[in-house]
Amino acid sequence: MDWIVILQAGVASGTVLLFATLGEIFAERSGVLNLGVEGMMLMGAMSAFSVAVKTGNPWLGVLVAMLAAGLLSQVHAFITVTLQADQVVSGLALTFLGTGLSLVLGEGLSKAGTVALLPAFSIPLLSRIPLLGPIFFTDQNVMVYLGYLLTPLAWYYINHTRPGMHLRAVGEHPAAADTLGISVYRLRYFYVFVGGTLAGLAGATISLAISPGWFSELTTAGQGWIAVGLVIFAQWDPVRGAIGSYVFGALRRLILDIQGPQTLLWFANPFYYNPYWGFFLQMLPYAFTVIVLVLGSREAVRKRLGAPAALGLPYIRGERGL
Amino acid sequence: MPDFVLPFRIKAEPRLDTPPVWYTWFVSLLAIVVALFLGGIVIALAGGDPIRSYIHIGKASFGSWGVFSDTMVKAIPLILVGLACTVAFRMKLWNIGAEGQFFLGAFGASAVVLTGILPEDASRWVYIPLMMIAGIAAGALWGFIPGYLKAKYNVNEIISTLMLNYIAIAWNNFFIFGVWSEGGFQMSKTFPRNAWMPRLADYAKEFPALRGLTTHLGLVFGLLAAVLVWYVLYRSRWGYEIRLIGDNPRAAKYAGVNIRRNTVLVMMFSGALAGLAGMSEISGVVHRLQGAISPGYGFTGIIVAWLAKLNPFAVVLVSIFFGALILAGREIQPSGVPKMIQGIILVSLIASDYLLRYRIRIIRTTQEA
Repeated sequence: MDWIVILQAGVASGTVLLFATLGEIFAERSGVLNLGVEGMMLMGAMSAFSVAVKTGNPWLGVLVAMLAAGLLSQVHAFITVTLQADQVVSGLALTFLGTGLSLVLGEGLSKAGTVALLPAFSIPLLSRIPLLGPIFFTDQNVMVYLGYLLTPLAWYYINHTRPGMHLRAVGEHPAAADTLGISVYRLRYFYVFVGGTLAGLAGATISLAISPGWFSELTTAGQGWIAVGLVIFAQWDPVRGAIGSYVFGALRRLILDIQGPQTLLWFANPFYYNPYWGFFLQMLPYAFTVIVLVLGSREAVRKRLGAPAALGLPYIRGERGL
Repeated sequence: MPDFVLPFRIKAEPRLDTPPVWYTWFVSLLAIVVALFLGGIVIALAGGDPIRSYIHIGKASFGSWGVFSDTMVKAIPLILVGLACTVAFRMKLWNIGAEGQFFLGAFGASAVVLTGILPEDASRWVYIPLMMIAGIAAGALWGFIPGYLKAKYNVNEIISTLMLNYIAIAWNNFFIFGVWSEGGFQMSKTFPRNAWMPRLADYAKEFPALRGLTTHLGLVFGLLAAVLVWYVLYRSRWGYEIRLIGDNPRAAKYAGVNIRRNTVLVMMFSGALAGLAGMSEISGVVHRLQGAISPGYGFTGIIVAWLAKLNPFAVVLVSIFFGALILAGREIQPSGVPKMIQGIILVSLIASDYLLRYRIRIIRTTQEA
């Protein structure tokens, strides 16, 4: 096993989680919990692959994926912001809807064959940095580099810009934001849309870059839910979200690769000789998500950190909130 | 000033009274009709024929006693899982893990047979109750974990129950592919006859009309469980606490209700019902442990509970409807249709709640000078 290769692939696989996590951070920072990430990702993965098959242009696929998932997210925005329904149930419904829609519209796509994928390349100079170069800047997909750019941008936007402050205001104290003339409803629609497009981007990154193809529900295999968990672990901070995503990505890769070699650290590899022990390895990302949540909640209690104060609450103008 | 003014405008006013029961049902029905209409549009877009698809669903699930009996077979796990979700949702505990609890229930029941703790020819009266206990216990354990994590560490139960779904499936796969694999196939050996729950068809000798009917004893479990859940939720002190926590956790706390303890207990109760569903599917239908034992029963149960407005008896009726959808959906192309329709139904159902909370008025706008 080559650790560099595993970490390199882990960063690529973590990029999927990164986009989904960043998107959910935007939505939740505005006060809207959207549990439909898994459904929106599937929608994105399906439409990206479908468009790439039909037009031969993966970039068009990415664009359509972001639009399709963004559009789907507006169903959730309408139900929770305008109709003021429960965000938990609506998010679940969105996952069902997105899964069902992408299964129906993606019928037959799994036999579509090969398509043009998003390009991978190395960054000159940066790729020659020892250790970091081969892991982060060599033969990575263009989406991975996009992730490097998006993370600091998101962090800067949320914490140090005026619209970012409005975003936080809407999520922490919508009534106060409203009195300042910030449109709570419009911003919440907008950031749910942003979350949707990023989930769509995550889906497109799977189907056109990281593990190309359409494998119905197995395309995402619960990564959307892991992203929702990572947001809590990340304390709604993009940089922590990125770290969590890459660690999880590396874990996913490690699990795939650990079953290959006959010896592991000079010992006979038990996963090689008992292939069905691999099922226990498969449990790890999900078990880790739960463990991460336990650790995250303990830390939140210690540091008195918390979710955006208005997360999950509908804003009704003129009603006493919070 | 706009040049054109609509002759009416629509105004939504908060409803102060609780709407009548018939109105609640009417709104739910309306939501389903709208959902089927929207689903039809998508089917047409995907190149199918919506009307033929729907007629096919109707015929293939209610067309004869034989297929109706098959519909009931699909409804049995839905009833139990729907009740599991009902119990948890009433306390606003979002147990999304009924699917995993179902798988663990199936595992527990199978373990009774496959670990060889009973002689091969043990009586039905030993097998079935033991399998029930094991299934219920395994499901309750799978509910205990997220309940405990929520009570002790405030871990979001939506995510923990979902993660446990994936773990449960991998756990079962370990046994199906490895430990209990029969001749290298991805399934266990078939259970001895005494571990099968009786079906209506078993009594065809005495009552010829029952020939070929597959409905099994699980239906009785489902109906009894509905009565039990109704009694617990609406007639017992515990149920009062559950409802109080669900409606107003702060008031419950001041009233001295132990929220943490109830979180764990309700998750276990919920998991137990879902585990029983898994046992009933294994013992009543599949008769061995294998991979694809659930077309997403645990998730459909969420929609069932919601559509039934958390009413245990309505759960039974709604389960039959969804059982029909699952049964008939197997032959429909594209194959994702039942899942999609379930999604659309849930979405329009949640949206329709608005009509229960607000009174929609159409007001004629008078020409103002």
